Amino acid sequence: MILTQEQQAILDGSKGEVLAKVMKTLVMYGDAFGAERMVPVTSKYNHLVTSFGLKMMTPVFNLMQQLIDAGVVSSQQFSVDPRPVDPDVPANFLQKLIFTKIMYATQDFYEGQLQKLGLMDEDAFTCTCYMDEVGNKPERGDVLSWAESSAVVYANSVLGARCNRNSGIIDIMGSIAGFVPEFGLLTDEGRRATWIVEIKTTKKPEAQLLGSAIGMKVMEAVPYIKGLDAWLGSELDDAACTYLKDFGAATASNGAVGLYHIENLTPEAKEQGEALIAEGAQVYVVDDAELERVYRSYPVIWKNPDAKPKLCFMGCPHMSLEQLKNWTDKVETSLREAGNKKVLIPTVFTASPAVLKEFEKTEYAARLKATGVITSYICPLMYMNNPLCGKMPVITSSNKLRTYTTARYYTDDEILAQITKGGAKA
Amino acid sequence: MRTFKGRVIAPGSVKAEALVSHGGLNTLASFQKALQFGDKTATCGDQNNPDLYGKQMLGKALCLPMTIGSTTGGLVLYCACAMKRQPACMLFSKPIDSLAAAGAILADVWLDDVSMPVVDSLGDEFLDYVKDGMTITVTDDGEVIVE
Repeated sequence: MILTQEQQAILDGSKGEVLAKVMKTLVMYGDAFGAERMVPVTSKYNHLVTSFGLKMMTPVFNLMQQLIDAGVVSSQQFSVDPRPVDPDVPANFLQKLIFTKIMYATQDFYEGQLQKLGLMDEDAFTCTCYMDEVGNKPERGDVLSWAESSAVVYANSVLGARCNRNSGIIDIMGSIAGFVPEFGLLTDEGRRATWIVEIKTTKKPEAQLLGSAIGMKVMEAVPYIKGLDAWLGSELDDAACTYLKDFGAATASNGAVGLYHIENLTPEAKEQGEALIAEGAQVYVVDDAELERVYRSYPVIWKNPDAKPKLCFMGCPHMSLEQLKNWTDKVETSLREAGNKKVLIPTVFTASPAVLKEFEKTEYAARLKATGVITSYICPLMYMNNPLCGKMPVITSSNKLRTYTTARYYTDDEILAQITKGGAKA
Repeated sequence: MRTFKGRVIAPGSVKAEALVSHGGLNTLASFQKALQFGDKTATCGDQNNPDLYGKQMLGKALCLPMTIGSTTGGLVLYCACAMKRQPACMLFSKPIDSLAAAGAILADVWLDDVSMPVVDSLGDEFLDYVKDGMTITVTDDGEVIVE
């Protein structure tokens, strides 16, 4: 990699040993991918993936402390993934004890570190930082040093920003340095599609299921998706963006997709069309049977597969304002049809603190509360990451949550039926 | 016995028993239980990986195409190295992905007493040939001997 004089001086230690190690990390990172130069980070804000004061993360906290002690912090403020605990989310005495006293005992300490490193504000904890209500929404063409797979794939695909699938820690190091190695999804060539996905379903495919199928098929490649605009339209309105949020999270967690193009919908596909498709691209056809096959392939790892669900999580990634409103309508209607007043399974809808504040201002908030659904800013994934919750029969329509935990996946309609009518059928 | 030549991402030499994943290694799903709850053998907890699920990863020559999943992947690998629960080495058939590279590089730059050689671009033939339990020798220059 060819470094500027300033970058080389930093690498040689002109601004201290710790910043030199940050630089060395970025140079090695770039070298691994054949980057020829560093390019400036241009977004207003950064986004970090590491939000949790989890005991196993002690080596990360030690590294962060080295940065803080040396005064090696970023000039960019950042948002960060959701908090791992929320007293409003149902948990028994033992679970609460384990969460607060053992697993996340270092949460306050770590949030103190985040403040020193440049946290945007005390509510900037969400995986959907790009929501208008949160305010960390990069411009098209911005170069980012973000992590969080669902946010990166959204920023690349829906917003047209440029960001690699950076790991945690690399995210803050690029921001501190102010530049990142230019490779992969930062380049025009890296943004070309090597897979064509043809959607031939008879109904609108479930976002989380389609994303899972594509992620598992193409892995880290860039797919160019044809036929989905028939179901989503050609404008990135709230409904389309919400769909793509959930779809993208599934592609990124069930595979390693960092960018997708949707024909006639996402910005680069609208502008460049099939010119984005690389020569020799492979083809994957998704029809109803393929989605059914993928759905049936998910292992059920509950000890008792027939157990009655004890908890339902919706909102991984965090729900949008429109999603909260739509689900309020759906839950109310379905409860009414079933002759029930409240949900039959403890149910948590998660969203960013900023979105929840806006939701509270609407008449929907009281209506949702009346159905018994709880709203929370928690990260469901972090909630589930312990043996006690791992043994609980938890249901979700998040394919990301399914992938990382013991939660069992159902489609949105099945989830609705389960929580309002007590059965899996819609 | 066969010898494969790859590219060195993190230098080092080691001899260890092969553990093979034909699908991508989901780093967070694979390591989180082991790191969080004191499993010193680093038993793989990824339910979606039938090749590795329930198997000990500590000290094994982990042979895989790539890593996938959450962008915590690199820091999880870094933590595994810092807590001495890492594989003996990681051997990728494909060019390395950004998350695995981050983990290997962070461990190499920021940890003083950890060695986890990482070699990539060993080719599909490598993964076709290597089987669980085979003996793997990795040399400093990225040569991988499978026997």
